Amino acid sequence: MTEGLLTAAYIMASILFILSLGGLSDQESARRGNIYGMIGMLIAVVATVLSTQVSSYGVLSVAIVIGTIIGSVVAMRVEMTGMPQLVALLHSFVGLAAVLVGFASYLDPASHLEGVEKTIHEVEIYLGILIGAVTFTGSVIAFGKLQGIIGSKPLLLPARHWLNLGLGLVSIWLGVEFIHADSIASGMIPLAIMMIIALGFGIHMVMSIGGADMPVVVSMLNSYSGWAAAATGFMLSNDLLIITGALVGSSGAILSYIMCRAMNRSFISVIAGGFGTTVVSVAGENEEIQGEVLSITAEEAAQELKGAKSVIIVPGYGMAVAQAQHLISDISKELGDKGIKIYFGIHPVAGRLPGHMNVLLAEAKVPYDIVFEMDEINDDFPKTDVVLVIGANDIVNPGAQDDPNSPIAGMPVLEAWKAKKVIVMKRSMAAGYAGVDNPLFYKENTRMLFGDAKESVDTILSAI
Amino acid sequence: MSLKIGIPKEIHSGEKRVAATPETIKWLQKLGFDISIEAGAGENAYFSDDLYREGGVEIIDDTKVLWAGSDIILKVRAPEVHPSLGIHESQLLKEGGCLISFIWPAQNPELMKMLSARKATVIAMDSVPRISRAQKLDVLSSMANIAGYRAVVEAANHFGRLFTGQITASGKVPPAKVMVIGAGVAGLAALGTASGLGAMVRAFDSRPEVKEQVESMGAEFLELEFEEESSGGGGYAKEMSSEFIKAEMALFARQAMEVDIIITTALIPGKRAPELITESMVRSMRDGSVIVDLAAEQGGNCTLTEPGKVVVKHGVTLIGYMDLPSRLPTQSSQLYGTNLRHLLSDLCKKKDGQINVDMEDDVIRGATVIKEGEITWPPPVLKVQAIAKSPQPAVKAPPVSEEKMKRSGNWGGVLFMLIGAVLLAGLGRVAPPDFMAHFTVFVLSCFVGYHVVWNVAPALHTPLMSVTNAISGIIVLGALLQVSGELSSAVTILAAVAILVATINITGGFLVTHRMLKMFQK
Repeated sequence: MTEGLLTAAYIMASILFILSLGGLSDQESARRGNIYGMIGMLIAVVATVLSTQVSSYGVLSVAIVIGTIIGSVVAMRVEMTGMPQLVALLHSFVGLAAVLVGFASYLDPASHLEGVEKTIHEVEIYLGILIGAVTFTGSVIAFGKLQGIIGSKPLLLPARHWLNLGLGLVSIWLGVEFIHADSIASGMIPLAIMMIIALGFGIHMVMSIGGADMPVVVSMLNSYSGWAAAATGFMLSNDLLIITGALVGSSGAILSYIMCRAMNRSFISVIAGGFGTTVVSVAGENEEIQGEVLSITAEEAAQELKGAKSVIIVPGYGMAVAQAQHLISDISKELGDKGIKIYFGIHPVAGRLPGHMNVLLAEAKVPYDIVFEMDEINDDFPKTDVVLVIGANDIVNPGAQDDPNSPIAGMPVLEAWKAKKVIVMKRSMAAGYAGVDNPLFYKENTRMLFGDAKESVDTILSAI
Repeated sequence: MSLKIGIPKEIHSGEKRVAATPETIKWLQKLGFDISIEAGAGENAYFSDDLYREGGVEIIDDTKVLWAGSDIILKVRAPEVHPSLGIHESQLLKEGGCLISFIWPAQNPELMKMLSARKATVIAMDSVPRISRAQKLDVLSSMANIAGYRAVVEAANHFGRLFTGQITASGKVPPAKVMVIGAGVAGLAALGTASGLGAMVRAFDSRPEVKEQVESMGAEFLELEFEEESSGGGGYAKEMSSEFIKAEMALFARQAMEVDIIITTALIPGKRAPELITESMVRSMRDGSVIVDLAAEQGGNCTLTEPGKVVVKHGVTLIGYMDLPSRLPTQSSQLYGTNLRHLLSDLCKKKDGQINVDMEDDVIRGATVIKEGEITWPPPVLKVQAIAKSPQPAVKAPPVSEEKMKRSGNWGGVLFMLIGAVLLAGLGRVAPPDFMAHFTVFVLSCFVGYHVVWNVAPALHTPLMSVTNAISGIIVLGALLQVSGELSSAVTILAAVAILVATINITGGFLVTHRMLKMFQK
């Protein structure tokens, strides 16, 4: 295949990738968009394999076949509640690939660049490996935290900001050493040390972030994996890699921004870590919460739901943990059949992944036209008879609006308390991930349904 | 040893309620108490002795034996002289025992002295502080709720027409017009009941903050063109200025001519009920109209009310019953019994059948009027607003600062762009043209990505992540180009591993996205 044809194939792939992301603007076109993405990838890979630079196919095809099999099996097997883990794991693969390709490119005897071009090429390799390594370990740790292998509590080393700064400065110095290295062998030493530092940095970065900030972390790693691909593109002078990397990188960056905005937190403070530990001292100074917690049994909750004209269900991470989405879906169907208007209200950071709740509800066959975003549904709460909050806490905390001392003050929340009655399903009175007490639980129109979410939902369903 | 609870039969004439029902005793038993009940205590509320017996309660025929054998007595009405035994109930109470019932300590100083002489601990259900935490103990609310409902039923009983408006073949039926004065618990219950029956309902209250609650019951809130803060302590209204009362009376006079039914519920704690409906207003009402005066016990809101009786004056039926909750004995016993069991579970937190009258607890402190013979009433003042204050209007920031911010934001943007331009120019000076071409592609792609991704529906953010994940596997191209070297070289091995993981990424990402998107359905 000629150079011209290869470029044409790359242009086609780029366009298909852009269309693929564009297709996600609504559910109808999303499936077509995904197919575009697959075709784009196929074109890009086939064109590259057929290009003059590739001459041996044995290793290549073995690796592709094995990779495809593993990928398909994983994709078919994964539980929808396990999506955050899978996404994190896949990010780590991109990071790993970027590191490997970076080293391979450095060692590649075919390259013979001189002067500024050589310097730029080396800077690209250096950056590619750096970003790739951070993405790799960061994603592995994120995977561990999401899977529950590693505790979700933030790990706070003393003077961690100075540590990060120090590591950054050392990396820059190593970079200078690397570029001034005379031979490939002498360049390898700073490169390897830097890689180890970057791997450590990735671990440390994600370890210091609390569980509730996971949506931000996962989208941030998504962004990094894109930048890693873009850096590799520069390194190999491959425009398709640059375009794709930039698309993915900006997509992840936007998602991180949306998630941060939904929690009213600055990006820097999430990355710096330690949410949920610093706030405890502040909590004591908050206005003391008036009122008492009133509990309710699952049967009574079912009565409330049956007696309502309109119901909004607000799911949170707890629903995913309890795997209660199918039962919730059944409840919504039962209530819908009785002529009760039923909607779902989704907060942007509900769950551990952007849009996580939507996927779970879709899996449970909840029609997407009764699932609404926070901004769409917030005005409807005052008109609603019963709000059923399942496994959510901070995202329905009225303190974010009423109490300027609250650590989550100003965070946009679902105004569940404005409904006539709120039923909150919860394991115990423990505070949410933000470590903030929730005045909603003490409101006069709130009833608490304590116990395992799945059991409670099961009882409600059978009572309906 | 666990304490014994005794439930005597109510002796007040016409009182049909009972302090514990077969359902509430189950909860009391769970707290560890032994329970006995006087034979026939629940009869008037349609709870037979057999029902109690099935629940494991001892039935005792002799009143004296019951009182003497119980450590805690649960009652509805305050103790009084027993008609058949001829002695005062307070004398029946075991010395040092505990009595939980209505007491009305302010109105009954004699009773208080008698109980104090028995070294008793007395918890007055009527004295439970009216704060939100104590709502589950609030018998005044639970009884008022029933009274409000029953008031409408009594009114309907004495009213010659339908409540609901209809157009029938036999002619038009006009809807009844109901006015409720005082939108407390009883007033709101009356509003809800009346509008449920189809009447046109309106309500007045001197506290403007209850407007929302009135409207939530489907009623119209009558407003005065007059401003005065009128929330007293504990969820009651306070007495108003003379101008306010004048305006209020004018409103009632106008309404009296129009409405068919007036239900009054206005009470001021510790004082005679305010007179709101004068004789001339009654006279101005249509014949056959009904007034239900829920304040009859405190002297009545209507001048002509005769407490405890139904009278017809100037063609208007005036209902002055004081025992409305007792007229729905099954339900009111159930609610009263539940209030009592909430109180007992607060007193007996360890569920060991013992009670601990904790005077540090505001609620228990307020309700305890005699502690081991010592009169502890009235309690120290506890002031918590029952209804949230009307929100203060937010202070508006002066618009000037906003504009300033905007302007500085603009300057920030310009500065940012300038720095960006300088950096780009610097890069352009040193970098080879080849690099700059790639850089152009990179920057443009970032912009395309930015605009495309902002359009993605938030519901599809997870598929977005998995699909971007899949396409970032494009890094496989780099590895594909490097894999063609010698099989044993480091480059080939590194590239092969890279191909492997990137392929997992590509297939995994696309397939899982496909699976997810298939699930989204209308």
